[in-house]
Amino acid sequence: MAVQPITSTNHAPHTVQPIPVILNGRTLEHNRRMPLNTDWVEAVRVNTSAVERRAATHVARRTVKKETQAAWLLRAIACMDLTTLSGDDSADRVRRLCAKARNPLQRHIVEGLGIEELHLTVGAVCVYHAFVETAVKALEGSGIPVAAVSAGFPAGLNPLAERVEEIHRSVEAGAQEIDIVITRAHVFNGEWQALYDEVAAFKEAAGPAHLKAILGTGDLMTLRNVARASWVAMMAGADFIKTSTGKESVNATLPVSLVMVRCIRDYAERTGMAVGFKPAGGIRTAKQATDWLALMKDELGRPWLEPSLFRFGASGMLGDIERQLEHHLTGRYSATYRHPIA
Amino acid sequence: MSIAEKFYTMEYGAAPEDPKEVNQWLERHHRRFEEFIGGAWVAPASGEYQTTSDPSTGETLAEVAKGNTADVEAAVAAARKAFPAWQALSGHERARYLYALARQVQKHSRRLAVLETMDNGKPIRESRDIDIPLVARHFYHHAGWAQLLDQEFPNYTACGVVGQVIPWNFPLLMFAWKVAPALAAGNTVVIKPAKYTPMTALAFAELAMEVGLPPGVLNVLTCDAKTGQALIEHPGIDKVAFTGSTEIGRVIRKATANSTKKLSLELGGKSPFVVFDDADLDSAVEGLVDAIWFNQGQVCCAGSRLLVQERVAEMLYTKVRARMETLRVGPPLDKAIDIGAIVSPVQLETIRKMVDQGVAEGAKCWQPSNSLPEKGCFFPPTLLTDVHPAATVVQEEIFGPVLVGMTFRTPSEAAELANNTVYGLAASVWSENINVALDLASQVKAGVVWVNCTNQFDAACGFGGYRESGYGREGGREGMLEYLTPKWLHSLPAAPHAAVKISVPDEEEGFEPAGEPPHANIDRTVKQYIGGKQARPDSGYSFPVYGREGELLGEAPLGNRKDIRNAVEAARNASGWARTSAHNRAQVIYYIAENMIQRRDEIAHGLARAVGEDQAAVEVDLSIQRIFSYAAWADKYEGVVHHPPGRNITIAMPEAVGAIGILAPSEAPLLGLLSLVLPAIAVGNTVVAVPSERYPLVIGDVYQLLDTSDLPGGVVNLVAGRPAELAKTLAEHDGIEAIWCFRSDEEANAVRAASIGNMKQVFTNDGHEYDWFNPAQAEGRWFLQHATQVKNIWVPYGE
Repeated sequence: MAVQPITSTNHAPHTVQPIPVILNGRTLEHNRRMPLNTDWVEAVRVNTSAVERRAATHVARRTVKKETQAAWLLRAIACMDLTTLSGDDSADRVRRLCAKARNPLQRHIVEGLGIEELHLTVGAVCVYHAFVETAVKALEGSGIPVAAVSAGFPAGLNPLAERVEEIHRSVEAGAQEIDIVITRAHVFNGEWQALYDEVAAFKEAAGPAHLKAILGTGDLMTLRNVARASWVAMMAGADFIKTSTGKESVNATLPVSLVMVRCIRDYAERTGMAVGFKPAGGIRTAKQATDWLALMKDELGRPWLEPSLFRFGASGMLGDIERQLEHHLTGRYSATYRHPIA
Repeated sequence: MSIAEKFYTMEYGAAPEDPKEVNQWLERHHRRFEEFIGGAWVAPASGEYQTTSDPSTGETLAEVAKGNTADVEAAVAAARKAFPAWQALSGHERARYLYALARQVQKHSRRLAVLETMDNGKPIRESRDIDIPLVARHFYHHAGWAQLLDQEFPNYTACGVVGQVIPWNFPLLMFAWKVAPALAAGNTVVIKPAKYTPMTALAFAELAMEVGLPPGVLNVLTCDAKTGQALIEHPGIDKVAFTGSTEIGRVIRKATANSTKKLSLELGGKSPFVVFDDADLDSAVEGLVDAIWFNQGQVCCAGSRLLVQERVAEMLYTKVRARMETLRVGPPLDKAIDIGAIVSPVQLETIRKMVDQGVAEGAKCWQPSNSLPEKGCFFPPTLLTDVHPAATVVQEEIFGPVLVGMTFRTPSEAAELANNTVYGLAASVWSENINVALDLASQVKAGVVWVNCTNQFDAACGFGGYRESGYGREGGREGMLEYLTPKWLHSLPAAPHAAVKISVPDEEEGFEPAGEPPHANIDRTVKQYIGGKQARPDSGYSFPVYGREGELLGEAPLGNRKDIRNAVEAARNASGWARTSAHNRAQVIYYIAENMIQRRDEIAHGLARAVGEDQAAVEVDLSIQRIFSYAAWADKYEGVVHHPPGRNITIAMPEAVGAIGILAPSEAPLLGLLSLVLPAIAVGNTVVAVPSERYPLVIGDVYQLLDTSDLPGGVVNLVAGRPAELAKTLAEHDGIEAIWCFRSDEEANAVRAASIGNMKQVFTNDGHEYDWFNPAQAEGRWFLQHATQVKNIWVPYGE
């Protein structure tokens, strides 16, 4: 079978060469739906204490400094789904976000870092369905995809037909990426077939758009539930698995992320297919950004540092990154108000 | 490389910790350090210095004094001088000093961490996040023990001057483990850091000066191993504590065999890392990283023997290999390095040779493709598979980043393989089934067992080994006891040089002619008692036993080495006794007392002929009480649960030591024998006991009691004969885990010397004559403590 390297969905002209998606020497394909194998779901073993220890020590084992740090922060921008998901969102706010997405860094920072040729943009802009058209229009010509949260976001408790229809409408409105939420009850009840069918239906509804399956890890409570839900979502054909809605009491954490990326790794080893990962919610600082990048690099490798396989769901993080980059250039600590808001 | 290029490659760049402050500190000392004796820096008597270097670069860090025996004399003299005043301080006053030291360590934590990394080669992440915080924690914890000493150890007192020798793998942490409990208990200290890594000990000495620790309380000698031995052998040292190789442990045993120095040894290991098929394999892989790729594998408790259940073996090996690819080996001061430098070129060469030998013996060697720094002592993480228990690399400690992997099928095979080693320091067990994990934890012969984790340490949780991994514990209550002795012990009279008239015939001279045979006893045949059966002595000889007036009391079997061999085998076969419930053991022991009550007069009558009627009556009555006492203890000498930082419980379980050889005292032929046998069996040991020559016929009474009391065969074996000769066979026997000798100094010395082979634990009267008639001294915790060793099982929890 011909191998299709996964290329960035971010069509910004800076793409030097597509990074081949290789894991432990094996070239991987895009994820496709496969039959549900509940043995894999039931075989999940997650030791919470050990996972927490690994997550806590990994942060202490890895750090990046100086130019490397700057480069990694730029990478975080490239992998960022710049997001606004508030009840008081307005068209103007979305347009402002899109403007920031096109030019995430102030000109003097771009020039100071010497990265003009990267034409750096964020990975995507993520909004509610109501603002998809606004965003698509505002991003026209930038190559930046619009992601829509969908399927009854954030609780996922609307009737299934309505959730599927919502996806159709967002895709029609121009969304190239769809972030759906799963029915958490299916996980609690061990209704793997129902969960699988649901995600598979969403994937089909999304058509060519990339499907990110939000597991609602804060609601799932246990790491074993997170792992089981990850397996089902991947088998059902999700392009990405994503931690949280940002609306749960606890959102993306490193232990949860570690469990999910380990699932992605095992899935790739068993099936030869690559699934992306998106931590979302609660990631606000530049330091967190590099922590997560290091986790992806060590657990899955370089291909998972591309926006095609890794995204941050974040709104406030860009501002902190911009401040850190300014500090890198000037040696002075910057203030938030000196950088344009998203 | 431009930022744009870095954006593309996404490699980790350099992230060096700045050594500027440490270099400035070294410069302030002109990169030359004297020894710390009597509270001051003292030039070495030799006038010579040796260098210590950074193993990651080979560059010299500083010159340190080359101590010699004159320095040892000076340091021990300073410690002796300081001891009375230091011991006389209140617990609170000592606690203030220890607290100040803990604070001082925290205040200078980064300097100590950087200095440690520069001297030792360990990654700064480890010295910063593990070593130094644990050092501070140890001083805090022991400040607490100093404060509570009078309440918690009311009948104990300091040993005196302690001589300590520590290794190079965790220089300051081992320093803390040694110094903190010693000082808390009121001892004064002379400590010798390892030759390769003296720097943090010297830096600590400076902190001790800063907090005003009284002169002479802590003395730091930098010298070679030979001078270290002079320290250990010095008659002014009351207690020796050593952490290092089993080989040097043996040397120390030999050097202290003719003394009553209290000894604690923390030695080598080849600790199993057991992964069941229901384990979280990814987490087990990270466990292995913490087990064998921590501190370059130069860890006594490194999980260096991977035992994985067959069904998941290939999957685990694949994951391990993939993980090894992401381990970063490099300059230890880099904050994003996993594996730093091997401590010295010598150690690097040792590791290389061991791996080569492993491959020569058939092992498949796998190392990741990552490149090593060109300069300095580095060795890649290594996995050896296709190895077997017979292979050198499986049996011997490599002390490097080298893991050997084997498979097992059943839990019982896992236990068998895990215990198939002369060592017994630690074990790690991975399973998501708590029954499976705790079952193996209970079976494995190791002082520390980590369930679903590894290399966890805390000052409150004891650490130390079984078997040839040493004895004594560091940390917690049991660690404090290593630096304390019972107050009454010091006030006991000296043990008699020669025991009572030895009526056992000399080998050359043969038997003395028997006197008039006592008709009352002529029909009484006393045999050996082995495996629950009366057995004729292998020699086919008996020897006459005489009474106080020289009258013949009867004949006892003359045991020889074969009787001991058979008895030890019977004792080992009876090891199931340790797994019977404490309630069951208590019942059996009560029953022994009940039967003795029935036969009180008969036993007293026989004993009276050897010790007189008065003593005989007291001995028998006190024996009944003592038996009751240990029946009572059987289900009450229990462990504790620690709560170390994090979501953990650590179960500290006293476990039976195993098969214990006992050489009974002559002062009280019956009571003395029972006072040693009973604590041993109360907690589940099995015993081979040799009665005193004064009245060996007593075993005839004892085994009749045992026979009628439902004691399983082999739990107690009784062999009469020449105690000194039988003691030697027992002490040399590798199947005996501990030997208790409550006889003359000469015999105790001989037992100590002969028991070095398997590093068995030795418990003696330390040159004193115990008062077996005083329950405050002759029974209870002091004996139970020696009959057990503490196993700490770490159990993290959380879903």
